[in-house]
Amino acid sequence: MEPILQVRDLRTSFFTSGGEVQAVRGVSFDVEKGKTLGIVGESGSGKSVTSLSILKLLGATGRISSGSIKLDGEELTTKSKKEMRAVRGGRVAMIFQDPMTSLNPLLPMGDQVGEMIWAHDKRLDKKERMEKVVELFRLVRIPEPEKRLKSFPHEFSGGMRQRVMIAMALACRPELLIADEPTTALDVSIQDQILKLMRSLQREMGMSIMFITHDLGVVAELCDRVAVMYGGMIMEEADILDIFQRPRHPYTMGLLASIPDMNMDKRKQLQPIPGSPPDMIHPPKGCPFAPRCPYAMGICLEEMPPYAQTGENSRSMCWLLHSDCPAEGNPFRQGKEALA
Amino acid sequence: MSGASSPLLRVEHLTKHFPAPGGKAVHAVDDVSFTITKGKTLGLVGESGCGKSSCARTVIRLYEPTSGNIFLGGDDISSLTQKQLLPYRRKMQMIFQDPYASLNARMTVQDIIAEPLRAHKICKNKAEEREMVARMLRRVGLNQEHAGRYAHEFSGGQRQRVGIARALILQPELVICDEPISALDVSIQAQVVNMLRTFQEEQGLTYLFIAHDLSMVRYVSDDVGVMYLGQLVEKCEADEVYSHPLHPYTQGLLSSVPIPDPTKARLKNKEGITGDVPSPIAPPSGCRFHTRCPYATAKCREAAPEFKEAAPGHFVACHQVNG
Repeated sequence: MEPILQVRDLRTSFFTSGGEVQAVRGVSFDVEKGKTLGIVGESGSGKSVTSLSILKLLGATGRISSGSIKLDGEELTTKSKKEMRAVRGGRVAMIFQDPMTSLNPLLPMGDQVGEMIWAHDKRLDKKERMEKVVELFRLVRIPEPEKRLKSFPHEFSGGMRQRVMIAMALACRPELLIADEPTTALDVSIQDQILKLMRSLQREMGMSIMFITHDLGVVAELCDRVAVMYGGMIMEEADILDIFQRPRHPYTMGLLASIPDMNMDKRKQLQPIPGSPPDMIHPPKGCPFAPRCPYAMGICLEEMPPYAQTGENSRSMCWLLHSDCPAEGNPFRQGKEALA
Repeated sequence: MSGASSPLLRVEHLTKHFPAPGGKAVHAVDDVSFTITKGKTLGLVGESGCGKSSCARTVIRLYEPTSGNIFLGGDDISSLTQKQLLPYRRKMQMIFQDPYASLNARMTVQDIIAEPLRAHKICKNKAEEREMVARMLRRVGLNQEHAGRYAHEFSGGQRQRVGIARALILQPELVICDEPISALDVSIQAQVVNMLRTFQEEQGLTYLFIAHDLSMVRYVSDDVGVMYLGQLVEKCEADEVYSHPLHPYTQGLLSSVPIPDPTKARLKNKEGITGDVPSPIAPPSGCRFHTRCPYATAKCREAAPEFKEAAPGHFVACHQVNG
């Protein structure tokens, strides 16, 4: 089956007074129809810029410098502003981290969601639009939807606001939903409610989801596939089970080792990743993770590693996986058992 | 209370209400009691608005308690004047959540870390002060050349190290950590947590550790207290809370935590918690959790449950558990 979204060698930069910030440096991935792709990374890894590039929401300083983004086979990078407006909120919708700053505090909720419907279908009158909004509120399980139409954002809790954002995103039945850290600002109890809601809505509507997060726990609960980003590149991409059980990149291994498990031995020290992320105005010449990598070799600092096929459906960008790499001290050459 | 050898901090029936419009009050902290043994860590967890931060800030007297007592090393500090408090302030310091907001943008790191020394007139001269700051910087993994820089030149993790240096330079006994890692990236969180644990081992520090990340709280804490709408609903040893949670709220909270293991995450039958936290201005009658509790009965709606010892060292406020 054709993937709903195909991104190839995407490069996005921001041109600031300090120089060119190379936020995304050659990213390729697919989102399969009806599936959820997780994009994991820390701040500055380029995960949010990747998603904003798809909708061309880069502002005045940002620009896609090369690459291709295809939505169901249709190229998006060459579309005009007007054509992009029909895509945004129509075929591709997006929800953001902070539901408070994404909503207009001066407009009633019903009008805000109604505006979204109006923007894509001007044939409906106000009454019909409000009926649709009630239907959407019911879809995202907002209690007493008729009464809530006239409420303002400040009268809603954080979780309810995020439900409104999801309702707005689903208004035009998008084929692809991009969710950029939608639960990061919420409590675990509310996060759990929103994740359950997204899962059941995906089943009901059959949409594809691109889920951007820094939380590996959330990824484990929701995603079918994962791409791990660092320094503007995808370090590793694999099916969900492989990423957790058989990580094939030192960065992924480092991320997994630095989160405490509910059952881990408390006397054991956590294993942090030393150092801090690279400066994207002067990105490193070689592998962006090399300065923090415990396995780094001479070549890692000098040259970008190629992708190595690590399974039928997975790849990783690391010199350790190169066929010429010595086996001694190589975490990927000691059999599966030694890794665990 | 459990057979603690010598509690460094003892909080009894602490209550903090904030005025709200219409003569009402926000019940931020309501009748909370706990102790922390010297050299140990008490973790406080709960949803936002449950009062965990207000509780910590009242304990350290950043907020005036409405009622109740706070004992630091045996001395009641709950009604001391600010001037009388000064010697106690040296013994209790705080690390804040947001390393971007809690450091003055116009001060150098040297000045930020030296400010507590100046407030308490610790150093005889500038050279001594510089030496102390330099030593502290090394201990948090920074170096002398960072001293002349400003906060904006640092990453989030480095800023939090500056915040820790400022809190620890007075060699306090009690350190309140109010979500010290929530704003940091995963790989940096572990750096900061390991550092806090090392300092605790070396200096016998006592921590009140507030966080909403339940797995991190289990990892750093000896005891854990669970708060809901201003009240402590469960408290016991950290592992016990996670292996045998008794309060339905704790159970719901734990089942909401995403598990970073796809096989387990998909196997478990997640209950979670339905609904939102009610308003702390008009908290529900009886047990405050009854509006969201799957086991609530008529009794729960009418009478507030007592905070009782259900098993040795395991305290819980629930009619279903305590009978």
